[in-house]
Amino acid sequence: MKHNVCLLEAVNLALASEMRKDKEVVILGEDVGVNGGVFRATANLRDEFGLKRVMDTPLAETMIAGVSIGMASQGLKPIAEIQFMGFIFPALEQIICHAARLRNRTRGRLSCPLVIRAPFGGGIHAPEHHSESTEALLAHIPGLKVVVPSSPARAYGLLLAAIRDPDPVIFLEPKRIYRSQQQEIEDNANALPIGSCFTLREGSDITLVSWGAMITETLSAAEALADEGVNCEVIDVATISPLDVETILISVRKTGRLVIIHEAPRTGGVGADISAIVAEQALLDLQAPVVRVTGYDTVMPYFRLEKHYLPNSQDIIDAVKQTVEFV
Amino acid sequence: MKTLPPIQYLDQEGQPSQPCPEWCNKPDWLLRCYHYMVLARQFDTKAIALQRTGQLGTYASLLGSEGIDVPVALSMKPSDVLVPYYRNHACQIIRGMPLEEAFLYWGGDERGNSSDQMGEDFPNAVPIATQSLHACGVASAFKIRNQKRAAVTFIGDGGTSKGDFMEALNVAGVWQLPVVFIINNNQWAISIPRQIQSAVAQLADKAVAAGIPGIQVDGNDPIAMHEAINNALNRAHEGKGATLIEAISYRLGDHTTADDATRYRSNDELKAAWERDPIKRLRNFLALQNFWDESKEQALLQETHQLVQEAANKYIEISPQKIDSIFDYLYAEPNNQLIEQKDWAIVKAMQGGSHYEGESS
Repeated sequence: MKHNVCLLEAVNLALASEMRKDKEVVILGEDVGVNGGVFRATANLRDEFGLKRVMDTPLAETMIAGVSIGMASQGLKPIAEIQFMGFIFPALEQIICHAARLRNRTRGRLSCPLVIRAPFGGGIHAPEHHSESTEALLAHIPGLKVVVPSSPARAYGLLLAAIRDPDPVIFLEPKRIYRSQQQEIEDNANALPIGSCFTLREGSDITLVSWGAMITETLSAAEALADEGVNCEVIDVATISPLDVETILISVRKTGRLVIIHEAPRTGGVGADISAIVAEQALLDLQAPVVRVTGYDTVMPYFRLEKHYLPNSQDIIDAVKQTVEFV
Repeated sequence: MKTLPPIQYLDQEGQPSQPCPEWCNKPDWLLRCYHYMVLARQFDTKAIALQRTGQLGTYASLLGSEGIDVPVALSMKPSDVLVPYYRNHACQIIRGMPLEEAFLYWGGDERGNSSDQMGEDFPNAVPIATQSLHACGVASAFKIRNQKRAAVTFIGDGGTSKGDFMEALNVAGVWQLPVVFIINNNQWAISIPRQIQSAVAQLADKAVAAGIPGIQVDGNDPIAMHEAINNALNRAHEGKGATLIEAISYRLGDHTTADDATRYRSNDELKAAWERDPIKRLRNFLALQNFWDESKEQALLQETHQLVQEAANKYIEISPQKIDSIFDYLYAEPNNQLIEQKDWAIVKAMQGGSHYEGESS
């Protein structure tokens, strides 16, 4: 059955689809029940699946993560919602010290097949702590997978894959594009692969690598640049960890030029890692230095200034021109 | 709030301080309990000796917790799940962890958490209080699946100051979870005494805020512990929800082998605590009941000493894991980066490599 949905509705479709298929899947979090989540990602699931499978929790993020770990050790497949990524920090000890390690610590006797969903990123004029992009913190942790969808179809397919994954997956939903684009998707329970980039646009002049809400800016920059005769290859990383290095390297070897775009702060960001990998493995294929277009190394400003913080398509166009014109 | 003294059946000399439950007239359970308490102490002595001779890593002594852990393990059903902190080796051993694997864990080897005999029990939680929440998750799974099982989790007195513990009590109360929380209040969190942890009269009172029953029990009295844990497990199995048990004990050893408790607590206090030793207490009661005598004691000491010695010998014979193992269990399927890095590590561990350590098995 085809649905014309936005990213948020695609998340809801995927949750419902997998809950119908697998009775071990349960949802827990703040306001996920009757209210259907503050963004409505879990709308109507409580009615369909009941109290025991869609659980409103007390307001305690550490608890949500810790309880999910205990559930997962018993073979349930909990999907925990952290209401905003800015509130994930109390849960990090549980995620880093336990979820990421349970399989390794017990040499496979126990495992932790859980998903933690959190809306992340800026651009919706939210209060403080509601707009950060801290994916790099999590990508640095061995034992986790970190996935970021950038379209309704990829949200649907990647979330299914995350739920079916036998290991903990952090699923970060770019809330700026939760409702901004509609896409026709088939509710066919088909997952997309975790650990693979998606090449959204083929091009021969330069490779643009991004993820999350910045994909929208990147695609619109690529569109504008095409009119000026610059053919950009656009790659959606989609899985921040483990990174699909091969797809990026193949593209860079073809184009010889690379711009990496992310909303998160520049220093220690995932862009730095991609840049390092390219330097290690494709330096001699490069015809220009790698350029990063990123947020600043500042605290995410309150929303009156957030547009100044967020990279936009003009920033990307400028970076591409600088790279393409490099001699 | 009215503060009652801890529940107790045996005073520190092993004399009944109130009429004992009827089952105490039979030797079966009491002798099993005593056997394991002595075994646990023998294990502890050996572990410290191995650490002092460079054959074990930093080790957290269980000395003084035998009167809590052994009754708990003997009261739990195999289908219940243990979610330990890091001082529950007595409990773990009784529930099936092979003695040599208990040494292996403290010898710095993840295989000490891996044996099938540990069933669905959690491995040790080193970060304080985090385990309380795992127990609630395990108990949630039991409840969701309508299973008549309980999760049992331990924590120290220091751990009760952490948010995870309070969040766990809270969710266990509001979801009416089949979980039993046991505080081993051994009076010391490394150098911090109990009175610096909390102004609450009894740590068991923390249950009040969660709407669950909290009781204080003499943790050096195995009979009182058995009664308390049985009642709590029955409640859990019958769907009546969680219980908090504060077991009063004393940490008779250092915090770990890396600690020196003489820096911060008095010898007089320690001497007084030895008077309350749970092993001496149960032995006196067994003798009083004519269940025990010196020849049985000698035979038990010899038997447990031998068990521990054999396990230690086995442990020492176990070769370290191959370096591959650090890559093999991180995910169900290793990613490309891990496969590549594993190759580097293997080459470095080979003869001529920067990390070569000689031929191992």
